[in-house]
Amino acid sequence: MNELPQQLVNGLLLGSMYGLIAIGYTMVYGIVQLINFAHGEIFMTGAFGALTVYVYILPDGTSMLIALPLMLLGAMVVSVAVAVGAERFAYRPLRGAPRLAPLITAIGLSLALQQAVWAWYPEAKSARTFPQIDGGPFHIGSVTLQTGDIFLFVAAPVSMAILGFFVMRTRTGRGMQATAQDPDTAKLMGVNTDRIIVVAFALGAVFAAVGAVANGLKYGQIDFKMGFILGLKAFTAAVLGGIGNIYGAMIGGVVLGVAETLATAYIADIPGLDKFGSQSWSDVWAFILLILVLLFRPQGLLGERVADRA
Amino acid sequence: MRQRSLIAITAALAAGALTLTACGSRDDDGGGSDSGNGGGGTTVVIGVDAPLTGDLSALGLGIKNSADLAAKTANKEKTVEGITFKVEALDDQGQPSVGQQNATKFVANDKVLGVVGPLNSSVGESMQKVFDTAKLVEVSPANTNPALTQGVDWQTKKVRPYKSYFRTATTDAIQGPFAAQYVYNDSKKRKVFVIDDKKTYGAGLAATFTEEFKKLGGKVVGTEHINPDTKDFNAVATKVKNSGADVVYYGGEYPQAGPLSKQIKAAGAKIPLVGGDGIYSADFIKLAGASGNGDLATSVGAPVEELPSAKEFVANYKAAGYKEAYEAYGGYSYDSAWAIIEAVKKVVEANDGKLPSDARAKVVDAMQNVSFDGVTGKVSFDEFGDATNKQLTVYAVENGAWGSVKSGTFTG
Repeated sequence: MNELPQQLVNGLLLGSMYGLIAIGYTMVYGIVQLINFAHGEIFMTGAFGALTVYVYILPDGTSMLIALPLMLLGAMVVSVAVAVGAERFAYRPLRGAPRLAPLITAIGLSLALQQAVWAWYPEAKSARTFPQIDGGPFHIGSVTLQTGDIFLFVAAPVSMAILGFFVMRTRTGRGMQATAQDPDTAKLMGVNTDRIIVVAFALGAVFAAVGAVANGLKYGQIDFKMGFILGLKAFTAAVLGGIGNIYGAMIGGVVLGVAETLATAYIADIPGLDKFGSQSWSDVWAFILLILVLLFRPQGLLGERVADRA
Repeated sequence: MRQRSLIAITAALAAGALTLTACGSRDDDGGGSDSGNGGGGTTVVIGVDAPLTGDLSALGLGIKNSADLAAKTANKEKTVEGITFKVEALDDQGQPSVGQQNATKFVANDKVLGVVGPLNSSVGESMQKVFDTAKLVEVSPANTNPALTQGVDWQTKKVRPYKSYFRTATTDAIQGPFAAQYVYNDSKKRKVFVIDDKKTYGAGLAATFTEEFKKLGGKVVGTEHINPDTKDFNAVATKVKNSGADVVYYGGEYPQAGPLSKQIKAAGAKIPLVGGDGIYSADFIKLAGASGNGDLATSVGAPVEELPSAKEFVANYKAAGYKEAYEAYGGYSYDSAWAIIEAVKKVVEANDGKLPSDARAKVVDAMQNVSFDGVTGKVSFDEFGDATNKQLTVYAVENGAWGSVKSGTFTG
């Protein structure tokens, strides 16, 4: 049986997840040139926000049709609150500081958020189960899809379209573009850059929240460490796609996800490479791809030249 | 160019961090639990090393509580006149490096005369030498990798590497083949897909299973090594489905086995996943959900609940009011701690009721000849430090709970 379509779908789903998280990295980087390593934890707190809504706020047995929008909302509220709080109290005081200071702050914040959830969220010391949407699986040709996958398949492009519209068409979006191009001039033109930066953090958090709910639905469990690896992969995706470019983040995510999946599925079939084909090697292949892309296109797949601002 | 180099630095950092994933420091659960009074006189500390936080904490806390129960029982019954036992537990987070630090801490505390643990074979590997140099006895209730007692070349030439290391658990050299025989003879499965997590325990178990399964005439239709840091096994699940396998064997632990089982079934392969004692946990069922039904696990020893010798343990454990269940290794942990208590008793009795100055070395020697009726049956050790009790049981998930299917001993 030909497994290529199913493996492509697997990769596409994994990649969409990376892409949703990568948007947060890329937007913040595009505007303040900060690599927000705590973004993976913003994603993780979003997942716990959604779980809180389902387990502790909604009455037992609430239909997922009603629960899902409320869980999304809960995830967004928590993620945005954490992201905006991080910006206000951790990054803004360091705005004029050398670049490495906020970077280290971000790593510290990431660990602090993990430990906070581990210590204070009820029963979060091991994985917690996440509610599932009933029904499925669906078969399209040789491809099998779960209900959780369908949510991700719908949510990723829809949120991309909304984001594209927001950045291109609205006043705030244009303000973001202006700030990304040149913060000082944007300020002179009357753009409130402090506000724009907060909006960038908040928007990234909203996408992380969508990704978090999708992740919970897809894998059926969440834990306090979930944001760490996914965050690193998403950051990789953002660099691959061209950091600073929102479409690049999504494309980078999808390329990375598909590359990992196909590496798991097919490398072992290449004669002589059977030892390097298992899933435990897929990260290696993904990073080889990243290095190759950066060798030939240092700005990433869709990135613009940024050297003139250095 | 500063930005470019910043990206380069962070990319390098990210790549580095990927290899260090689970190393985030967690709080050091160093506080030992007070094992009650009684006995009086000298205090002897029994160390416990197990993952008390993180993915495997369910099993680890069961080990800690059971060892604690043994110490309390010994104090209450005044098993060793003039000696009060106290349990001190350290958290190894399932990490070999942390385990080694803990081993050093135990060695530095001269009240410690024996250590129960660890859970993970890879952690055990990192601790053995530290303990052996200090002549401090270590009894693991859960390490199953054969190399720990029989040397790395255990398949061809058995050599005991460390004199101070003992275990009450059976080894993978028996557990893997036992599972293979059950799968082949009782479940009548012929085509297996073997997956492991590349860790000492998982890879070892998968290898011994594979060897026996092939010997019986079964076919291995695919192998795969997963990355234990991720939860996305869909690519692997699709491979399993298309391989035409009628059973999956997984060498590894439940945090990965649960999602793996779920994703394999979701991919459309309605075949059972079989694993070792590392997946025999209630948390496996929680993580696998409804798709866990029909999955199998082998675990060391006979089911604790069904042994007459264990009734008292189960009742006492309940009465002691521990918050966590004793889990898969409870009985073995109790027996491990009790073996240390018995060894201390021998040493004290041979020295006119007092602890000798070289108590640690004497306890190691005494351990070799310890023999008593424990929770899991007769407890004694062979010339390699392995348990002489080589019983195993197959468990299956039915309606959301593990139930025992078949007990037996592997005879080769």
